[in-house]
Amino acid sequence: MRGLNFDVAHLLAGSLVLVSFVQLYQDRLYALLNIYALHALVLALSVAWQAFAQDAPHLYVTAIIALVFKAIVIPVVLHRIIVRLGIHREIEKVVGVGPAMLLGIGLVALSMVVMLRVTADADPLAREDLAFALSVVLLGLLMMVTRRNAVSQVVGFMSLENGLVLAATGAKGMPLVVEISVAFSVLIAFIVIGIFLFRIRERFDSVDLQALDRFRGERR
Amino acid sequence: MLAYALYSVAALLALATIAAALAASVHGNATVYGASLIVTLALCAIALLKLIQPASSSTVVLPIGLPWLGAHFRMDSVAAFFLVVVDLGGAAASLFALGYGRHEQVPQRVLPFYPAFLAAMNLVVLADDAFTFLVSWEFMSLTSWALVIAHHRERDNVRAGYIYLLMASFGTLALLLAFGLLAGVDGHYAFSAIRFSHPAAGSAALVLLLALIGAGSKAGVVPLHAWLPLAHPAAPSHVSALLSGVMTKVAVYGFIRIVFDLLGPPSWWWSMVVLAVGGITAVMGVLYALMQHDLKRLLAYHTVENIGIIFIGLGLALAFKSYDLDWAAALALTAGLFHVFNHSIFKGLLFFGAGAVLNATGERDMEHLGGLINRMPQTAFVFLVGCLAISALPPLNGFVSEWLTFQAILVSPQLPSWGLKFLVPAVGALLALAAALAAACFVKAFGITFLGRPRTPVAEQARETDRFSLAVMFAFAAICLIAGVLPGVFIDALAPVTKSLVGVSMPHQTGVQWLSIVPIAESRSSYNGLLVFLFVVLSGSIAAFVIHRLASDRLRRGPAWNCGYPDLSPVTQYTASSFAQPIRRVFGTLVFRAREIGEMPPPGAAQPARLTVELHDVIWDALYAPLEKGIAYAAEKLNVLQFFSIRRYLSLVFSALVLLLLVLAIWL
Repeated sequence: MRGLNFDVAHLLAGSLVLVSFVQLYQDRLYALLNIYALHALVLALSVAWQAFAQDAPHLYVTAIIALVFKAIVIPVVLHRIIVRLGIHREIEKVVGVGPAMLLGIGLVALSMVVMLRVTADADPLAREDLAFALSVVLLGLLMMVTRRNAVSQVVGFMSLENGLVLAATGAKGMPLVVEISVAFSVLIAFIVIGIFLFRIRERFDSVDLQALDRFRGERR
Repeated sequence: MLAYALYSVAALLALATIAAALAASVHGNATVYGASLIVTLALCAIALLKLIQPASSSTVVLPIGLPWLGAHFRMDSVAAFFLVVVDLGGAAASLFALGYGRHEQVPQRVLPFYPAFLAAMNLVVLADDAFTFLVSWEFMSLTSWALVIAHHRERDNVRAGYIYLLMASFGTLALLLAFGLLAGVDGHYAFSAIRFSHPAAGSAALVLLLALIGAGSKAGVVPLHAWLPLAHPAAPSHVSALLSGVMTKVAVYGFIRIVFDLLGPPSWWWSMVVLAVGGITAVMGVLYALMQHDLKRLLAYHTVENIGIIFIGLGLALAFKSYDLDWAAALALTAGLFHVFNHSIFKGLLFFGAGAVLNATGERDMEHLGGLINRMPQTAFVFLVGCLAISALPPLNGFVSEWLTFQAILVSPQLPSWGLKFLVPAVGALLALAAALAAACFVKAFGITFLGRPRTPVAEQARETDRFSLAVMFAFAAICLIAGVLPGVFIDALAPVTKSLVGVSMPHQTGVQWLSIVPIAESRSSYNGLLVFLFVVLSGSIAAFVIHRLASDRLRRGPAWNCGYPDLSPVTQYTASSFAQPIRRVFGTLVFRAREIGEMPPPGAAQPARLTVELHDVIWDALYAPLEKGIAYAAEKLNVLQFFSIRRYLSLVFSALVLLLLVLAIWL
């Protein structure tokens, strides 16, 4: 059982990193949102498996929250937003696919090296989990840095948060209160960002953040 | 006993809140200062009792402050001595302010902070753990800052407050680091624990330097004195007296507490640092003072000088203690502590005098005063007593403490270290120079302000100050005389303090015949203040009697200052700058890069001849100005960081994170 536990958890967390990589090179917003939904789904599965493996029923709640909000509600709402904004056909690129992927690989390697060394005497399950979680967080940050469109930055932020949840559930579970409050804070951040998106759009006819920079007189 | 002291401090804090409500009312002034007077007198009495009966030191732990740490308070003889200094000064300032404060334009800016400032100084002295000490220290800085900028509309006061705030934060940072080193990795913040865990030699030396910087910047040692002559004169005069006379002593207390009490056995070179700093401070302070025309600023610079003298005493005590010459360490420490007390008395007296002059004339600039001895005879008399005391003339108290310091310097050949053998006499020479220059400076301060003829109409129409102010000034003048004539009593009162700091105390003085004091042995040196006093009084009376009897006793009017200037205009008198000119010529080019530019118009031209003196503050130019420029430059460059786009900020955060992870990956 122990071996299976570890293998499945490893598989799910590894797939989460893989999906993060897939996110990294999506240049169409629809595709990006679909991949994000997949990301959240894999997270929900991973959390559910942790709940089963650790015999911690409250993690099922976390998994359901992840499934309902992150895999269904948020992607659907974002879909609607980009349709209403009329940017669902936009293509964006700041860094090319090759460099982005290379950077991502470097980050994953870095997080592996750091995490495996720091947590040398921890439970192997938690070690792997933490290393993967850090990779997901770093990839999310990388995505926020390399994207220019506000919607894809939101997606980067959300996948970053997924990495945090993964880390928290791997380490012998966290209290439900913390999970709920994190979920709510993300939701509120999401709402605020959504409102800002519309405000930006109203004013500049675009959600390309370069328009904001141009407005402030920035030189690039 | 400690409990009563803490109740009194709590009363002061409560008074501060009440004062905020009362400040605007008619009776606010009398209520606040009257209550402060009563409470500080009570605190002073408590501390005196403690000093006279040094039973075991009492401690109290209050459940406030950091959780699991609480606030520790303790009153030992060192704390008791400094409480006496703080609360005697506080009581005097309160009494003075009963009269002086009536002329305050903005009482609501002074009254609430005044009792809080007194309470903070008491708390610093009573604190028995690092956290309480630092919080009280910072509270003291903030309340005094609020008092410094009370008259914020006057020119330069806001700048003075700003520099003071900067220096105070810097000093507290140094103290914070010092306590961090003292507490060690285990974090023992209670002084009782720190006392028994001696840090390693390297970190102990670092603690000494940090304590010298932290406490020294508050006390005003050169080159950290820059804020002091700006901030002390900016406050209302009774607060100036507190800042100069009392708060600098609280800083000295902080230094003594850390270095003598908490840090463990000293090594010999520590004393060299302290001695060098003390000597330079004493001479630089008095040289700066000589160049000043502003009466209160002159007094503030003299505070710098006297802090130097105190630090010389402390440095000598450290030197003797490091070589186990405990009796000599007791002598040097007694000298330093006695000077702490003396300076708080005569500096308070002089600032009260300056406040009285300021009140009567509205002028701080000596060049606009003169002839006040006729208009304000009583103020002039007590101011003269203060001048004599601070110039270290017998039979007053300033002489005794400086004489004791010299006695300690004369013991220095017994030190085995060659460095100290050379340094201590040099410091002695600096001390002698400072004492002589101080005398010259106070001849100037008294002569230009009170003698001669009035230089302006306001000086001509000055009126004697109120009775409260006169009462407190006469009381302080009396203390100056008593401490000078009967120093044995005061030295014996200091015995428990030195005993707790260096292990032994000076020989008992009250039993010595004819009220002399004998610091080491009868064959070496002794001083009898009473004899000197009687001699001064008798010879003075006889001279006066003989002159009045043998010469004509009729009142005569003769030409004043008629040294080849028959013109009657008061402008022809000696001025403060002309009085200081010889000394400026000797030291000025070296220390101040002084330049005198004389403009002589050609014959027949209508414009007047002018003599302009250019002075540069060398320490400011060399130390503070480049620092200021550097910070301004860096701020200018870093300003770009304020205007990045969100994505660029994110990239910064991201790269910082990756960099830290890399560091972790490589070094772990």
